[in-house]
Amino acid sequence: MRKNRKEITKEIELDADRKRAADKKKRRRRKDLARAMVITMVAACFAVLFLMPIVLTITNSFMSASEISSNYGQVFATSDTGGKTYISEQVNLKFIPDMVSFSQYITVLLKSPEYLFKFWNSVILVVPIVGFQLLAASLAAYGFTRYRGRIKEIIFFVYIILMLMPYQVTLVPNYLVSEWLNILDTRWAIWLPGIFSPFAVFLLTKYMRRIPTSVMEAAQIDGAGEWQIFRRICMPLCKGSLCSVAILIFIDYWNMVEQPLILLADSEAHPLSVFLSRINEGEVGLAFAVATIYMVPPILVFLYGEDYLVEGITYQGGIKG
Amino acid sequence: MKIREIKFRKIVIPNKKADKKTDRRTRRGKRISWGYLFPSLAGVLLFFVLPFLVVIYYSMVDNPINKQFVFFENFVKVFNNAAFQQAASNTMKFSLVAVPLAVVLSLLLAMMLESEIPFKSQFRTFFLSPMMVPVASIILIWQVLFHFNGIVNDFIAIFGADKVDWIKSSHAQVVIVILFLWKNLGYNMILFMAALSSIPKDILEVAILESATPFQIFFHIKLRYLSSTILFVTIMSLINSFKVFREIYLLTGNYPYDTIYMLQHFMNNAFGQLDYQKLSAAAIMMSIVMVVLIGILFLTESYFGKDVEG
Repeated sequence: MRKNRKEITKEIELDADRKRAADKKKRRRRKDLARAMVITMVAACFAVLFLMPIVLTITNSFMSASEISSNYGQVFATSDTGGKTYISEQVNLKFIPDMVSFSQYITVLLKSPEYLFKFWNSVILVVPIVGFQLLAASLAAYGFTRYRGRIKEIIFFVYIILMLMPYQVTLVPNYLVSEWLNILDTRWAIWLPGIFSPFAVFLLTKYMRRIPTSVMEAAQIDGAGEWQIFRRICMPLCKGSLCSVAILIFIDYWNMVEQPLILLADSEAHPLSVFLSRINEGEVGLAFAVATIYMVPPILVFLYGEDYLVEGITYQGGIKG
Repeated sequence: MKIREIKFRKIVIPNKKADKKTDRRTRRGKRISWGYLFPSLAGVLLFFVLPFLVVIYYSMVDNPINKQFVFFENFVKVFNNAAFQQAASNTMKFSLVAVPLAVVLSLLLAMMLESEIPFKSQFRTFFLSPMMVPVASIILIWQVLFHFNGIVNDFIAIFGADKVDWIKSSHAQVVIVILFLWKNLGYNMILFMAALSSIPKDILEVAILESATPFQIFFHIKLRYLSSTILFVTIMSLINSFKVFREIYLLTGNYPYDTIYMLQHFMNNAFGQLDYQKLSAAAIMMSIVMVVLIGILFLTESYFGKDVEG
């Protein structure tokens, strides 16, 4: 009887314990849920802030020229001539145009070829840099990966230092060399320093050194020469990394402003990025369409290769190892 | 017995030969590997290293024709130049504000995406997208937003604040910091996300079992493991903070409001005058500052992160 009672109280206690634990769990789950909701809300707010300028540029590119100048005329008028034409007192920001019109695009694409010409300038400046930098860098990365010695490590360290130098520092040497080689004011002045920029070498070497040396040694024992090891083993294994590096280079040079400003005195050869800043009130009606067109290639690259991009950035992080 | 000896020999002799062969091969391979390095190395030497040495030389002579050695005179001249002082102090102020903000905010974003919330990959895409968009494309919208009669002013008017001329006053610095953060947070966030996911899970589990508070976990475990990434993000943000010239130039042209007159503006104007001495001295000073800063960052990192491998 006594024993029984003890057991019963024990059971009751255990029950209460279980209940308390379950309650705690439930509370914790509720707390977690609330936390997740708050975090999601904050993230959503950030996302809106991040996306808004991009979305606005795109939607505004579908406004007709007159709608733009009545909405924003003032912004671009005062920035240039001290306010000649006041069309409206207030600057109205609109998410959605009153009437969707392709007039901007028609003007840009069909009527005024100068914009397309500048766009072509951008392409012709960037594409060779991406291609040849990848080529030179993959060769160099292989050189840094095979038969590592102290001299190579020192050279690699110099590459890293050069990579970390801001443009303001490297532009002066670039300018001097372009002057000596008589390529100032030609596209070569942008191409050559771009092609030999140490950035891609650094990243690709990082990737390539992750390939186990035993793989390459095995190939060597099987009679493969250096070129075959490079071509048949390293390149296929680095395919993904080549993509990431290509994307990173492309973004960087598509965005360039400093180099053409200094190395290309002739504004005819300037890429669209520099030209866009010169757009004034007369052309505001087109500006958004031009801006959107300029955005399209990197955004396509981004949508196609986001994972490569993320991987590339991640690898950049391991600068020390 | 005999047979065994022969066998033994047979094994040893070819091995020696093979050793010699691989030796020769390694030496040849070494030479060839330098050949692979050559194109890039030649380019880097020609376009970066050699001219940089010339820049050092230029910074110490009075002009390229006379070639009189003046040692530090150019540096002193540049240092006492009012425009340079303005540019340097503006750039420094900007970096001092923007870089820590970029590090902290991006770590926050990364931790937000680490926790269990829906649409993670979409959020990642959204946060990363500003990095892809060329500055030139987006500058129009910034002009509209931060204009004197623009939307930001309308927005703060709701809270009863006065209108601010964002771009043509000392508030321009705020605008520039915002543009900088907008562009760079995504990149930093990716770096932090990678680092956060590489923290060993068992350590975190032990900490939770030992009933460590989230604060303790963050400060004593996560920060330790993140230290090398924090270093890298700081360096990259520092470098990118020098690139903010793009935004300023596209927003305001060659001669912006005083508080956003950056070092790159100074360099551009010096390029315009083709004053090699000024340019070289400024470039050398900047590179020294960069090297010192990066060195300090590395030292602090190795001090704080010394007991964590990786």
